Amino acid sequence: MNSPKPGYGILASARYVPRLRLSRGEILAQHRWMAPALRTLAKGCRSVASWDEDSVTMAVEAGRLLQRAVPDASIKDLTLASTTLPFAERLNAGIVAAALGLAPTVAVRDVASSARAALGELAAALKYPDGQAGGRLLLAAERRIPRPASSQEMIYGDGAAGVVVGTGSPIATIVAARGAHADLVDHFRETGREHEYGWEERWVRDAGYLGIAADTIRQCLADSGADARDITHFSMPAPLPRVNEAVAKRVGIAPDAVVSTEHETTGDFGCAQPLAMLDAALRGAAPGALLLVATFGSGCDVLLLRRTEQPCSGSIPGAGKVESSYMKYLSFTGQVDLEWGMRSEMDNKTALTAAWRDHARAARFEGGRCDRCGSVQFPRARLCVNPDCRAQDSQTAVSLSDKPARVLSHTSDFLAYTPNPPFQFGHVDFEEGGRVLMEFTDTDHDELRVGLPLRMVYRVKDFDRKRGFRRYFWKATPVREG
Amino acid sequence: MASGIRDKVAIVGMGCSRFGERWDCGADDLMLEAFNEAAADAGVGVPQIEAAWLGVCLEENNVGKTAGPLAQALRLPRIAATRVENACATGTEALRGAAYAVAAGAYDIVLALGVEKLKDTGYGGLPVRTRGVANDLWLPNATAPGAFAQLASAYAAKNGVSMPDLKRAMAHVSVKSHANGAINPKAHLRNRITEADVLKAPPVADPLGLYDCCGVSDGAACAILTTPEIARSLKPDAGVITIKALEVSVSNGDEAGFNRWDGAHIATAREAGKRAYASAAITDPRRQIGMAEVHDCFSITELVLMEDLGFSASGRALYDVLDGVFDRGSALPVQPDGGLKCFGHPIGASGLRMVYEIYLQLRGRAGERQLSGIDLGLTQNLGGHPHQNVCAVSIVGLLGA
Repeated sequence: MNSPKPGYGILASARYVPRLRLSRGEILAQHRWMAPALRTLAKGCRSVASWDEDSVTMAVEAGRLLQRAVPDASIKDLTLASTTLPFAERLNAGIVAAALGLAPTVAVRDVASSARAALGELAAALKYPDGQAGGRLLLAAERRIPRPASSQEMIYGDGAAGVVVGTGSPIATIVAARGAHADLVDHFRETGREHEYGWEERWVRDAGYLGIAADTIRQCLADSGADARDITHFSMPAPLPRVNEAVAKRVGIAPDAVVSTEHETTGDFGCAQPLAMLDAALRGAAPGALLLVATFGSGCDVLLLRRTEQPCSGSIPGAGKVESSYMKYLSFTGQVDLEWGMRSEMDNKTALTAAWRDHARAARFEGGRCDRCGSVQFPRARLCVNPDCRAQDSQTAVSLSDKPARVLSHTSDFLAYTPNPPFQFGHVDFEEGGRVLMEFTDTDHDELRVGLPLRMVYRVKDFDRKRGFRRYFWKATPVREG
Repeated sequence: MASGIRDKVAIVGMGCSRFGERWDCGADDLMLEAFNEAAADAGVGVPQIEAAWLGVCLEENNVGKTAGPLAQALRLPRIAATRVENACATGTEALRGAAYAVAAGAYDIVLALGVEKLKDTGYGGLPVRTRGVANDLWLPNATAPGAFAQLASAYAAKNGVSMPDLKRAMAHVSVKSHANGAINPKAHLRNRITEADVLKAPPVADPLGLYDCCGVSDGAACAILTTPEIARSLKPDAGVITIKALEVSVSNGDEAGFNRWDGAHIATAREAGKRAYASAAITDPRRQIGMAEVHDCFSITELVLMEDLGFSASGRALYDVLDGVFDRGSALPVQPDGGLKCFGHPIGASGLRMVYEIYLQLRGRAGERQLSGIDLGLTQNLGGHPHQNVCAVSIVGLLGA
């Protein structure tokens, strides 16, 4: 195998979990009449994306966490991994790159199709350093919609994770990596279909996990010369309950090295899950520790890493907010068509010419700062908004997406159509200048008050169901601890 | 040097349809209903009208574009006709176009008519609509109650008053308008309500409840304008009613995008009011104005406008409202006809409907609502949202007042 260059490795890792956590007890309560066996899975909560989150927006949040963790890593490429990309044609990673403010010269691509999508990319990036300066951003996000009353509805969660790979002060470096492809179809999902179709779990466990995956792990360990007992952190998703523990036992990894799948708090994030579990492992691992990450899906990828002394920066996801309405989840995921009234019939057709003309405005939350009077304003305009200035063509672009802000005025509107009533919006004043009438998101009904500190998040603004388009913009959300 | 419009244009006749859910009437019926009343009042027929202005706001929901629908409804003999639109201030815009044409000496007798047929949408409230292709990319698609509810949160914070206290004053505004609407035979909402009714009503846009919101109505209103001289010759036995001021102010993005506006008042109303007072030589509006019809689309709007128009000192509107300063029987009744709240709000007609009430009061024809000693009245007509709007202020009174 290739020896990594000194200082080449994972520079930062992060995971993003949506705020809403659906109580599995509520899921069970709805299905108990026909699927009482779900009871064995019905512990804790699973994360669910809000109506305005998708794999693109969650990837953006993970990307922003990484930008804050390694602000100096000049990103030269971005890979977005997901099996639930919102667009089959339109570069999803390009939407993420624009929201993150990456330069047009950054190479961007989508990868898809299996639970290995992200880990395979990470292994390749670590195995094959290109010798060039600059960080490589790998983001993975998943928002799968399993059939109601399936085990997957219980096990899966929505979320994102990511890493920056490059030369610098890595938190982990590669020891070995192994991959194997195998068209063992444990489950599949046809393009355009929402729900997956899976085969008997006992066969998947025996032939897939304890067969192909265990073999690949053994080969990786053999490549490295490491012993399974040396592994202190074994990060393996378990879309079948406790299958990771079974694999650990089969290959001789100690039971206490098995990293939690966070089943009871978030659920399984599909192709983002190995990166999310790796993030948790990296934060808990001592310098020098050996970490094994493995994922099964149309084959298997295995990555063996060594933790360095470099501390992990950034924060871990907060506890979120428990959501007890299963019906709300069904509606958010489009699985039930509720009576939203005529106000929901508005045509949200997007003028794509206007969208490109004002692209930076919506993608980057780009306003202007007047060079003459210093006023920050949104939208950026030819003439300065300050009535005492009115300078023409005086504005330098400034993004408001990371600027702190506060509520000037607000309402919770029960008349307007929104998939998550009430429609909350108000005037937002940015602390460094700038005022925007904005939507609030991830906000509780009684939470808004004048002066409340806010931060910005990138979300779906409107869906055009008629044409299959969605437009994104920034929304304001309360600053919360943890 | 421009000398303004004071006393250059007379209102010689006015008409107003009954406002409400006029299921059985189209816009043409409503226009004719208002016009017939005005023509009879003025003693003027279609052949004498030389030009016309039609105000309609949401034409896509009713009559379609151009002034053609007015020309067809009244069978105007191929005279000049212009359609104007300035959101909910459209009615005053029609009046303004017509008035300035007379003031300019271009015509002797003209018609300003506003109409809106709103109750063909299939749902309550104003129709949802696009904000334009570029704005739709980022601007929240706010409802009117949601946009005006912003005033309440900012007003309470700015003035350090509790929301329950502000809600009580807002409730008083609505109770007063219902009491006035109850004695207006043309009003949409004619029921009396109590403060408790307002406070327990279902929420619309926090803190606005159902009774904090005006009616959405069908209706039309119109004015026939001429010179004071012709008005005197047409109606030798009646006093001449003239326009003293007719001002419009439009937001330029300052409130919405510059960090200076407090979110708790209508900046354009202050501007238009100041210019109107200068035009009409009014120095103490609370004492000199005999009555006012303001744009009470929501209770909080009326409350903050009392300060913007100089009827209340800054931060005092809440207390003045609760003290009954603007109730019927006070020195400065506001919305004696029930206002948008209860007379109703057929958008294009509303600015003219406000003038209609002053006109009736000046003529002594307000029936059970008749006030005494009115010689000057003010209208304030607002289109758009608190942060981005068109505000029209007119002052109408007896010639010489």
